Amino acid sequence: MSETTTAIQAAYLLGLGDDALIYSHRLGSWLTWAPLLEEDMALANISLDLIGQARAIYTYVGANDGTGRSEDDIAYWRDEREFRNVHLVEQPRGDFGQEMARMLWFSAYQRELYAGLAGSGDAQVRAIAAKAVKEVRYHLDHASQWVVRLGDGTPESRDRMVAAFTWVAPYIAELFQDDAASVAAAEAGVGVLPSSLRAAAEATVAAVLAEATLEQPAVSRWHARGGRDGLHSEPMGYLIAEMQHLPRSHPGAAW
Amino acid sequence: MSDTTLPLFEVFVRAKRGLSHVHVGSIHAPDATMAVRNARDLYTRRQEGVSIWVVAASDIVASSPDEKDSFFDPAGDKIYRHPTFYTVPEGLEYL
Repeated sequence: MSETTTAIQAAYLLGLGDDALIYSHRLGSWLTWAPLLEEDMALANISLDLIGQARAIYTYVGANDGTGRSEDDIAYWRDEREFRNVHLVEQPRGDFGQEMARMLWFSAYQRELYAGLAGSGDAQVRAIAAKAVKEVRYHLDHASQWVVRLGDGTPESRDRMVAAFTWVAPYIAELFQDDAASVAAAEAGVGVLPSSLRAAAEATVAAVLAEATLEQPAVSRWHARGGRDGLHSEPMGYLIAEMQHLPRSHPGAAW
Repeated sequence: MSDTTLPLFEVFVRAKRGLSHVHVGSIHAPDATMAVRNARDLYTRRQEGVSIWVVAASDIVASSPDEKDSFFDPAGDKIYRHPTFYTVPEGLEYL
């Protein structure tokens, strides 16, 4: 990015980093609340993987977009409207089935994303993607395992998975929406067009649903949108307030 | 789910190529496939291993503490079973 850095490419990468950070925050809220102790560990591990992805992206953007911001500056000192994550990741945690439905979609999307970015013209983006794609493959596997077991499980778990995929459906289109930043990044050879990832991600999810003996949920009448422009849903404000509280109350605090 | 007890699995991890799998602990999981994953998350998150085995705890046949006397004590006074009566030639490095 160094020589070809443009604000719009930085915006594209920040969107990817914000998806990872905000979802990691939501997954972190499962700690001590997961249905099993083992699952506490699994969700925390996945959350930490995502934080790692966000850190790598933030560090790279901050060092190269001319602002000189640190990863912490980017995570803790931007306001809600400056975050470019999709609505899917900012929704509060529901039941465990909802989390697995969300994780399945998000990791199916991320796997295609990072596989695409592994061919980026930007060496640093390639390196970040090469590391992340291995992590995301595991996240996808974890969600798939649970969706199959819960979908094809007891009547109660099946009902909950059906409800979960209905809940998550309106948030999916936004993942694959091209916006000015992603179009510019793709044209510059740095990024990939979100719309180009859709077919493969959908096929991944469809295969898991089939194995779980679940049907595709009906197409919803409304779709979340605007996240990439900084327009978020109500829960985002609370999330930001909680996530940024410490560094803003005690600026410069360190371990 | 939390009020149902899931099956217990014993976990064995190979630290690196060439070493044996060593018992590291146990985990709960709905089935063996998930047990491998849970074990990965619990026991190899700090690069402790390159391979994992899980075994349903119920499938392990173990000696009983009650049999300790008849199983192990008789070996106690049979020192001739240790190869300590041979003289090792000088200069022998590997035995």
